[in-house]
Amino acid sequence: MTEDIAVLGAGMHPWGKWGRDFAEYGTVAARAALADAQLDWCDVRLVVGADTVRCGYPGHVAGATFARALGWQGARVSSVYAACASGAQAINTARAQILAGMADVALVVGADAAPKGFFAPAGGDRPDDPDWLRFRVLGATNPVYFGLFARRRMAQLGDTPEDFALVKVKNAAAGAANPNARYRKAVTAGEVAASPVVADPLRLLDICATSDGAAALVLSSMAFARRHGVAPVRIRAVSTVTPRYPRTALDLPDFATDSAALVPPPEVGFRASIAAAAYEEAGTGPADLDLAEVYDLSTALELEWYEDVGLCPVGEGAKLLREGATALGGRIPVNPSGGLASFGEAVPAQALAQVCELTWQLRGQAGERQVRAARCGLAANQGLFGHGSAVIAVR
Amino acid sequence: MKRIPVVPGWFGADGDPDRFRLLGTRCRSCGAVFFPRADAFCRNPACDGTELDETPLSRTGTVWSYTDSRYRPPAPYPSDPDLPWEPFTVVAVELDEERMVVLGQAAPGVTAAGLAVGMAVELVPGVLHQDAEQVWTTWHWRPLGGPA
Ligand SMILES: [Zn+2]
Repeated sequence: MTEDIAVLGAGMHPWGKWGRDFAEYGTVAARAALADAQLDWCDVRLVVGADTVRCGYPGHVAGATFARALGWQGARVSSVYAACASGAQAINTARAQILAGMADVALVVGADAAPKGFFAPAGGDRPDDPDWLRFRVLGATNPVYFGLFARRRMAQLGDTPEDFALVKVKNAAAGAANPNARYRKAVTAGEVAASPVVADPLRLLDICATSDGAAALVLSSMAFARRHGVAPVRIRAVSTVTPRYPRTALDLPDFATDSAALVPPPEVGFRASIAAAAYEEAGTGPADLDLAEVYDLSTALELEWYEDVGLCPVGEGAKLLREGATALGGRIPVNPSGGLASFGEAVPAQALAQVCELTWQLRGQAGERQVRAARCGLAANQGLFGHGSAVIAVR
Repeated sequence: MKRIPVVPGWFGADGDPDRFRLLGTRCRSCGAVFFPRADAFCRNPACDGTELDETPLSRTGTVWSYTDSRYRPPAPYPSDPDLPWEPFTVVAVELDEERMVVLGQAAPGVTAAGLAVGMAVELVPGVLHQDAEQVWTTWHWRPLGGPA
């Protein structure tokens, strides 16, 4: 077990399609997080940016963009990219420097202004890059992979399109109560079923959109938090494990899995191992959780996460959903923020947004979305090329 | 017309449906098979092998999952924006011998409605795109014994 770090402040720029620069969104979120922490920007000794990828390079190289926008004041800087897991990796970078005694107070920021439509690779020929080749050779957009995963669940576990729609209905209901969400309107199962198929069996309302948005956290050592006179939400674990060979679960942007003909596959698959490492580091387990935020890139993927983070046995995700256990007011609410279904993807910001929600929930500040007596929450995500992470926060 | 494989070295015997195969590589030290091909280093963490030989993959397998693309994918997917969009089907196929899942587009005419998880499929040569000067060739999966 590692020591805890404190979450002193959380802030966001509301998600949407605002058509402005990501640096502006990130600065708004950073200022909100600093105000929430009741700290001055000049108290921050480390700024970590989750990178915004632009033109195939980290745009403005994110950490420094936010430091400049807030006003150069000499803090250390770090910039982190791990695709959709960037935000959690940025938290972990800040945590490592705080625990190493290199900085007392860190500001972590992620912001994006997403393109319209499908995520697409940057221009130019890059035949050595699997993420370019999957578009070139297969036309395999992200929804194509989501469709494969969803169909597999239907065939293997008996999930139905109605189950998937119910995830959207649940998350939209939560998102309607979240002032930072992009979509703040209840959705019915009928509306999901009436939306066009994007990648069979998934429909438009099964798949998360791409959004503009930002999220920021002010993190500190526990000693600093005590001096600051607060009993903060604490981050107890951040797992950033890689997969184990042979990796037998198909994933973006791969053309194939590893071969399991000679070496048997690991007992625990990649996504489950992300959560398991966090539980081990925190000395907790799924039974200790009061809520979870997971990456519902598609409705079907949310059900897979229930099983991977241990809320139910494999194959029982849809049952847990149908029982209402994962809705607000249920036994273990999942995505009380409204999830990516209500926010959409703003890649460098979304893992940070998950931890903002944990913070507000654990403080009892989540308003209509409040999970009663929440003491322990988990956020889990996964990004391209074998990235993934899980954060456990407690109060 | 000039025929160009969409990726060089990923499949062989392009002109001959009977001998057409995906090409992976096999590590000389541990025997692990890789697709897409690993030519310089073995990716088994317990092996430091650096010599890998080209090896054809199984021609047949079973459907692990499938989906389709109802909207036109962005570039670099080659398609003519002036033509109406025709959805294609994508199949993930489990190869018994290699114990791996390999993606591919389905042969023209094969729709999601004509597939089922567990169905036997075979590899066939296919065309990804063509323009006035050249044809880009690829691989397709097709239900065993002809179009669905
Ligand atoms: Zn080897």
